[in-house]
Amino acid sequence: MNAVLRYGLQVVLYGAFAATLGYFSTSPAFEPLPAGHALIRLSLNHAGQRKVACRTRTAEELAKLAPNMRAAEDCPRERAPVLVKVELNGRTVADISATPAGLSRDGASVAYRRIPVQAGTYRIRVALADDAAGTFDRVREEEMRLEPGRVLVIDFEPGKGGIVLR
Amino acid sequence: MNAAILPAPGPAALAVERADWLLDAAFGQRLNPMRHLGALGFLFFWVCCASGIWIYVGFDTSATGARESLAAMDRGEWPLGALARALHRYSADAMVAVTALHLLRELSRRHYAAFRRFAWLTGLAALALLYAAGIGGYWLPWDQLGQWSLTATTEWLDALPVFDGALTRNVIDGDQVSDRFFSLLIFLHIGLPLALLAGMWLHVQRVSPARTHPPGPLAWGSAAMLLALSLAKPLSLMPPADLGLLPARIPLDWFYLFPHPAMAWLGPGGLWVAVAAFFVALAALPYATRVPRAPAARVNLDNCNGCARCFADCPYDAVVMVPRTDARSHPRQASVDPMLCAGCGICTGACPSSTPFRRGEALVTGIDMPQAAIGGLRARLESQAAALEGGPRIVVFGCRWGTPVAGLADRSTASIEFLCAAMAPPSFVEYALRAGADGVVVAACREGDCEFRTGGEILAARLSAGRQPALRASVPRERVRLVHAGRTDLPALRAELDSLRAALSRLGPRAAEHPRLPKRQETRHG
Repeated sequence: MNAVLRYGLQVVLYGAFAATLGYFSTSPAFEPLPAGHALIRLSLNHAGQRKVACRTRTAEELAKLAPNMRAAEDCPRERAPVLVKVELNGRTVADISATPAGLSRDGASVAYRRIPVQAGTYRIRVALADDAAGTFDRVREEEMRLEPGRVLVIDFEPGKGGIVLR
Repeated sequence: MNAAILPAPGPAALAVERADWLLDAAFGQRLNPMRHLGALGFLFFWVCCASGIWIYVGFDTSATGARESLAAMDRGEWPLGALARALHRYSADAMVAVTALHLLRELSRRHYAAFRRFAWLTGLAALALLYAAGIGGYWLPWDQLGQWSLTATTEWLDALPVFDGALTRNVIDGDQVSDRFFSLLIFLHIGLPLALLAGMWLHVQRVSPARTHPPGPLAWGSAAMLLALSLAKPLSLMPPADLGLLPARIPLDWFYLFPHPAMAWLGPGGLWVAVAAFFVALAALPYATRVPRAPAARVNLDNCNGCARCFADCPYDAVVMVPRTDARSHPRQASVDPMLCAGCGICTGACPSSTPFRRGEALVTGIDMPQAAIGGLRARLESQAAALEGGPRIVVFGCRWGTPVAGLADRSTASIEFLCAAMAPPSFVEYALRAGADGVVVAACREGDCEFRTGGEILAARLSAGRQPALRASVPRERVRLVHAGRTDLPALRAELDSLRAALSRLGPRAAEHPRLPKRQETRHG
């Protein structure tokens, strides 16, 4: 093959490689959500209540303990799992039991769910239970419009009034 | 030679060799990019590093300022900033492309077992680091692409019980990620490429010399290609990250970010299974498949004078020079690590004791291959050369991994196959001419495509007297041809043979120019 043809072929091959790099570095575009959908992210990091409530030790019990161990209250470490239910227009889309972290199950319960939904107006109800009995005593209910591409975060922040829709 | 104990080139390797013709035609065999994929990976890595350092100088490392600082580069407010950004991206993409091709090519040639196992496993680790380092780079502009990629990555990691949702909270909690968290992402994008460099360094530790620089023309051509692409298609940023929005369409870099769409289809757990299956399957290949290990070279101390030529020529650092263990006066001797030895015989071709002109009845060299001893090859050469008849008589030295030269043998053509063409000492060429041949063809693999990395180059250097042991100046070069021919190039080799035969017919018989071989007696070399 003569030199001109060889160099020409080299240019073509370099060009093909460059075109491949250039094309696949941005194309084809990806749609992270189906068209007309919004996304609900349920993200939770909350320590449930103790599974067994603290109790005051009797004088007899205290006397049996070493002097440096005589704490007035006996508090078992294990915490209750945190239960969360999310309903959209009365339909349950998430029903989670988040186990406490740690070998003794005494850490915070962490949970994350990704819930794609059709864009639109929803009656959103979030209920949370963090005691051993599983009492859903924290509830937030709200009507919201979720536009296409909107990301709604459901969180629980006791310092900001409990269940947060953001 | 007991070829049965060596792995033969498989159909995949032959298919790859056939597919090389286009690039061979365009670039020539020596510069064929497919034979320099690893070195090109290094080149693209360095381009990526250099452009990344320049970007970093002008980069705002806060979450709120990062995108704007890059947008300023795109507006030309930071010298060459837009060009550096494009070079950074495309060189990183090119590195993935050549790494993937490198992996497929080595896989097709079953280059993963025995002495190659270390390089294979470290290569897989480097591949994982390449992705870890590369994906993190897409987060730093902190635009909607970065936000989406980071969230998808944390969602994937959160599928592990150890995280269980904790990582994603860093990305979606509050109105914006914290600068502290963003600094961690920047450190990851500096630390992981350094870890990748360490992985690449490990990957080439058991080859000698490591090819980490592509040939000049290929390096310049590739750099020019990257530059042209960067000028023709500069990068653009997506709108700033907004934790309350997910863009409808994302211009995805499929070289790095394809795991995100894969996760959308497979789910986080499915992606973990797919990734684990990919790496475990490839890592298990050296153990699960039966690629036999070739017998290692053996040192014969009586014939080793510690010259270190075998040490210099071994492509896998399997030969080391150690203090002498016998009573001879030479300070050093060669020693072979059987675990590293490829069984190529290049060391035998390097040993001065391998010269067939030695007068001993039995030719024993300083470092030899049990499966193809040099003495047996000399005996075969002598008997086949003596049996040649008719017109220009030619001896063909071939390589087990190149064109099968046995198919060329006829009454005026003898063929001797070596483990690697570079196993043939140059003195064998002269010996063949003295033993009755009018010409010699040495058929090596295609240029740059030696099964044992450097055999072709070493052989060419020896035959051109650029490397010891060299073909002596007195050997008529017009009677010797070095041909680079692959497994599928028999017709081309046959054409070269016919061409040499025609030239030899014009030159006349060699026997008229030079006396025959001297008689033998027992001697010891060294």
